[in-house]
Amino acid sequence: MTRKQRRLTIIGGSLAVLAVAAALVLNAMRDSIVFFSTPAMVAEKHIQAGKRFRLGGLVQPGSLVRGGNLAVTFRVADGSATLPVSYKGILPDLFREGQGVVAEGVLDPSGVFRADTVLAKHDETYMPKDVADALKKQGHWKDDYGAKPDYNAGAQGASRAAQAPPQAEQGAAPARQGASQ
Amino acid sequence: MIAESGHYALVLALGLTLIQSTLPVLGARWRDPTLMNVARSTALAQLLFVAFSFAALVTLHVTSDFSVVNVFENSHSLKPLIYKVTGVWGNHEGSMLLWVLILALFGGLVAAFGNNLPLSLRAHVLAVQAWIASAFYLFILITSNPFLRIANPPIEGRDLNPVLQDIGLAVHPPMLYLGYVGFSISFSFAVAALLEGRIDAAWARWVRPWTLMAWIFLTLGIAMGSYWAYYELGWGGWWFWDPVENASLMPWLAGTALLHSAVVMEKRNALKVWTILLSILAFSLSLLGTFLVRSGVLTSVHAFATDPTRGVFILLILCIFIGGSLTLYAWRAPALKQGGLFAPISREGALVLNNLFLTTACTTVFIGTLYPLALEVLTGDKISVGAPFFNLTFAPLFVPLMVAVPFGPLLAWKRGDLLGAAQRLTAAGIASLIAVAVLWAWARGGSAFAPLAIGLAIFVIAGALSDLAERTGLFRVPSATAMRRARGLPRSTWGTVFAHAGVGVALIGIVCETTWNSEYIGTMKPDDIAKVAGYELKLDGLTQRQGPNFREMLAQFTVSLDGKRLSAMAPSKRNFTTRGSSTTEAALLTLGASQLYISLGDATADGAIAVRIYHKPLVLLIWFGPILMAFGGVLSLSDRRLRVGAPKPAKAMRGLQAAE
Repeated sequence: MTRKQRRLTIIGGSLAVLAVAAALVLNAMRDSIVFFSTPAMVAEKHIQAGKRFRLGGLVQPGSLVRGGNLAVTFRVADGSATLPVSYKGILPDLFREGQGVVAEGVLDPSGVFRADTVLAKHDETYMPKDVADALKKQGHWKDDYGAKPDYNAGAQGASRAAQAPPQAEQGAAPARQGASQ
Repeated sequence: MIAESGHYALVLALGLTLIQSTLPVLGARWRDPTLMNVARSTALAQLLFVAFSFAALVTLHVTSDFSVVNVFENSHSLKPLIYKVTGVWGNHEGSMLLWVLILALFGGLVAAFGNNLPLSLRAHVLAVQAWIASAFYLFILITSNPFLRIANPPIEGRDLNPVLQDIGLAVHPPMLYLGYVGFSISFSFAVAALLEGRIDAAWARWVRPWTLMAWIFLTLGIAMGSYWAYYELGWGGWWFWDPVENASLMPWLAGTALLHSAVVMEKRNALKVWTILLSILAFSLSLLGTFLVRSGVLTSVHAFATDPTRGVFILLILCIFIGGSLTLYAWRAPALKQGGLFAPISREGALVLNNLFLTTACTTVFIGTLYPLALEVLTGDKISVGAPFFNLTFAPLFVPLMVAVPFGPLLAWKRGDLLGAAQRLTAAGIASLIAVAVLWAWARGGSAFAPLAIGLAIFVIAGALSDLAERTGLFRVPSATAMRRARGLPRSTWGTVFAHAGVGVALIGIVCETTWNSEYIGTMKPDDIAKVAGYELKLDGLTQRQGPNFREMLAQFTVSLDGKRLSAMAPSKRNFTTRGSSTTEAALLTLGASQLYISLGDATADGAIAVRIYHKPLVLLIWFGPILMAFGGVLSLSDRRLRVGAPKPAKAMRGLQAAE
């Protein structure tokens, strides 16, 4: 076998594998990508029932109702709209009213978001990125959510720092933020 | 004083790298041995200074000096000592310092043990190391200085993120970094080879042990991180296709490919140009991983926005090194001499196939990880690419690779005999078919997927063993002879057997855990009994306890099987007062390679508690597999060939041919 033939074989083989991979990627892109929405976007776009997406926003204070056998309902708000969410299972450690949350699931015909996964970050002041961006876009973002404390600003430095988000450690942490079933 | 001297040592280390990155290159150009030897002493001195700087930060953390921002933000005087130490790299600044410490360590190792390298090659390698190092020293000093002081020191620190207060933090990041940064050596060797315009089989011999070492650490680091996530996060998942995990998987895939292509280059002097490219890619992906994790671009654009210098700085480093090395590659690689010929069906061919699948799989992970980012930047649409995407792309690419794995070692170099190899794998094939049939019958009505996947895993394991049987002549010659032959086999052969079998073992664990996992989720009151997979778990009661820097609620469970008491389990929920956050400490009971897993949810007002109980069959195999792989790597690393043969290129070549 000459060098040329060998090279052609290898190139041919590589192209075949790459073509298969490209087909797999395109196929997977079509079926398994989940879009992110906020309650306001859901209201505008009329996402059809049964389509999977991620819903992000703040858990509306006072809306959390615990039912029997681990069933919970709460409302997710983004400042201009709210959406009822129902979920069955154990909520993540840091799920709180008034805090950011991302839930994944589908809308049912009655307009309730049935979540099968609820994600919250392991950090009490953390705002999920998607939620933060959406809130910023709608002008509901408060700047002090993310400001890095200036420790040398004055005598108040240390006490102010308590409200700033710790720089969550992502590399060393396992850094999974979810809780699902 | 300690903080200032640590800072100063870091600045001095930067100064040394600037010398190390210029003088040796000039020395190599002017053929001046004195200048070239500067690289050695500066590399060692630089290691000394960084080690001093790191030790200073550790001291600050141990003594809880809250006048330093980094300590204040991540420590607490009541934190147990071990977490005070591990907390050093449990934050951005400290972990970057660990990064450069390990980089300097590898540079120091090359300097100390690279006496047998040609002088100019060593000078070039160390100079390239110094380029990388100086970029990261600058990064730390400009954007992430861990030694900053607070003007008005607080009395108490803000404590480390509770999730990180675990023994996993002591092992996982250093291992992972040893892996990531270890690839910098093969990168430096590749760039040095391109600069010198010369590359031979001996080059591969020098590179292979370093790659192997990095690969071993990366394998263990990833496995360790996965196990940590499994028990710490409280919901029994062990791999989430999270971008941060993908960031470590990509260099691993490229590194595995590099490991195999370096064999071809070393033995057959072929695939040179490709091996160089892989060396560059493996480290580039490590840098990309550092960028993804460190810039904050993944979890919060907002961290990027409040401190954009960090992200932009790492992006700049990324562009310079990846862009620069690839440009150098495009410019110089065509000038490198081509290697030996081989037929498509041959050991080389099999290794090319391996490389092809590994790099393609790596590409799909790359797309799945970066496509959402690119889409968001370009169109503003937010999407999440999760497990389903990777299951549909990564998994199908791994199946043919797994089928091919047992064939590789059985094919001869240059021109192999596929039919002969297939004949020798008959036993393995039969074993796997029997496994499929038995499992199919046992799991009646279940999906066909699991038995087939386990059959594939058995094929890989049995294939590795048949390679061993083939080489020792087991069952064909008297067993004493076979034993003697087994002892005489090169350790790298044993390494291959273990590593390949490890892949199969891990696959069995993955398939069993995902298919036959049983779970119970519900609320329990004291004296309630939950039945999971035949085990009875009785909740005896709830107790409160005070830990060093947390309060915890323990739930006492008694586990019994068929009425017989087996053991007790006590999952807990910890509440860390300083950060006001809580963690779930799962309880694990190991039964053979399977595990029972209990984690707690919230307690309700009437004294009941939400629990999540899993029975995970053969789950430990998932991590036992990588341990086997790493063990295979260690065996291969201890091979005589790599220890003895490396120094003199010409002699090494002859030795090789004799061994064929």
